[in-house]
Amino acid sequence: MSTRASTLTGRIMSAPSIIVLFLWMAVPLGMTIYFSFLRYNLLSPGMEEWIGTLNYEFFLTDPAFFASLANTLLLVGSVLVITVVGGILLGLMLDQPIFGRGILRLLVIAPFFIMPTVNALVWKNLLMDPVSGMFAWIASLFGLPAIDWFTNAPLTSIIIMVSWQWLPFAVLILLTALQSLDRDQKEAAQMDGAGPVSIFFYITLPHLSRAITVVVLIETIFLLTVFAEIFVTTGGGPGLATTNIAFLVYTQALLQFDVGGASAGGIVAVILANIVAIFLIRLIGKNLDK
Amino acid sequence: MESKQTPLGYVSFSVFAWIVGLLIFFPIFWMVLTSFKSELEAVSIPPSFISFDWTLENYAEVQERSNYFKFAMNSVILAVGSTLVGLVFAVTCAWAMAFNPTKRTKDALLWMLSTKMMPPVGVLVPIYLMFRDWGLLDTRFGLIMVLFLMNLPIMVWMLYTYFKEIPTDILEAARMDGATLPKEIIFVLLPMAVPGIASTMLLNIILAWNEAFWTLNLTTSDAAPLTAFIASYSSPEGLFWAKLSAASTLAVAPILVIGWFSQKQLVRGLTFGAVK
Repeated sequence: MSTRASTLTGRIMSAPSIIVLFLWMAVPLGMTIYFSFLRYNLLSPGMEEWIGTLNYEFFLTDPAFFASLANTLLLVGSVLVITVVGGILLGLMLDQPIFGRGILRLLVIAPFFIMPTVNALVWKNLLMDPVSGMFAWIASLFGLPAIDWFTNAPLTSIIIMVSWQWLPFAVLILLTALQSLDRDQKEAAQMDGAGPVSIFFYITLPHLSRAITVVVLIETIFLLTVFAEIFVTTGGGPGLATTNIAFLVYTQALLQFDVGGASAGGIVAVILANIVAIFLIRLIGKNLDK
Repeated sequence: MESKQTPLGYVSFSVFAWIVGLLIFFPIFWMVLTSFKSELEAVSIPPSFISFDWTLENYAEVQERSNYFKFAMNSVILAVGSTLVGLVFAVTCAWAMAFNPTKRTKDALLWMLSTKMMPPVGVLVPIYLMFRDWGLLDTRFGLIMVLFLMNLPIMVWMLYTYFKEIPTDILEAARMDGATLPKEIIFVLLPMAVPGIASTMLLNIILAWNEAFWTLNLTTSDAAPLTAFIASYSSPEGLFWAKLSAASTLAVAPILVIGWFSQKQLVRGLTFGAVK
């Protein structure tokens, strides 16, 4: 259907978006790469000089890098497990006939719409505070000592908050996928005497596999760059206990003004994210051909 | 499985499901409730659920002390502004990709998606320096541009998947009848595309409203939206929980309503059409 004229119109119409996106990505990324090879500190302007890969050597051998890499992986991994398992269970639950199911679904997905800074401060103060928080009171009901969450289990606290925020995302997507499951297939399996457990493992779970992959990949992209929750609660501490790579780069750039080092860290973060992105883009690209 | 369920099973499963749902919702409920308490009651142990003096004082005080509406206004301007700019670019781009595809359309779409995979820290330093040198730090214009560019790939993708579903026969019929390109867009395509455009707008407003990396790093006061306003409560003085709750409730309420209305479309937008 596309004539030469309409192809040309198509090109002209899609060009502005592609050009602005290209400028937005390519120019800063090029600058980041360039900076990462410089000694460049905002506190000593005019002293920039080419130092080769020294920034990378410093960044990659810095104990803070390993600590933050470990924290990043732990945070992403834990939140993924919690949200995917929880998402499947809640999805199955919400797929059943329930009194007032529509309203219940609204309540379950609500946390996704809460802005990250609100999420973090409400959990930190109203729920996890060791003196007046809700959890401390619940612990006291059972005669247990209150946990000082952000002192004794800082990373766990961050994981809990972020999981709460992302659980609804997994629920929404897995529930959508569950609702497209062919009921006849399930009924046929039931006729053949399959129990709920084998129906789940042989019919439901394979049907969900693509949706689960999508959840894992998209969440990973966002979870690699968790920032606001750390920024307003722990500031990366105590020590480096809750510093992830995104936060480490932020402290180097905007608190220590080490542009060169921060740029090297930024490039490392880009490479990490790209490992995940390749899989996601392939998966979605396959879907486009259909 | 519905056929097998007994009335008793239905009731007990419903009760169970509601308990689970209410537990998940509890932090939000508790935040709203605390916003109506006095500061003393907000920290009292055991916590009071209903029997406290309900007060609206916190809401008034949040405005008085910190000029809440300035931040709320910034949030509205940033979210709506970036969405409108984004629509102009994304509608034309997605329209071209859906109806006048070329061999490279698929590659272009995937490339756009790949820009979304870029962690913001990878470009934080140069963007910050450029903003500083060009006087864009802490300006609404600068942030609108950043939020627009950040969400542009999602908008193009979402609109593309909607436009793809519009039957092209109708467009060809219009062309046969001599409709020109602008007429084709305004009278044929747009009416069919309105639902898709509306849900794209809503999703984009949600994402821009809650964005908390660029808004925290590129603003200090003049252009700071609610994300930054709430973050200022992280270093508190004295009793502040009730006020924090009031400010938080105001900050999330509008987006919660929009989000609830657009939950179905959200899945499509956030998965780039991979799950519908």
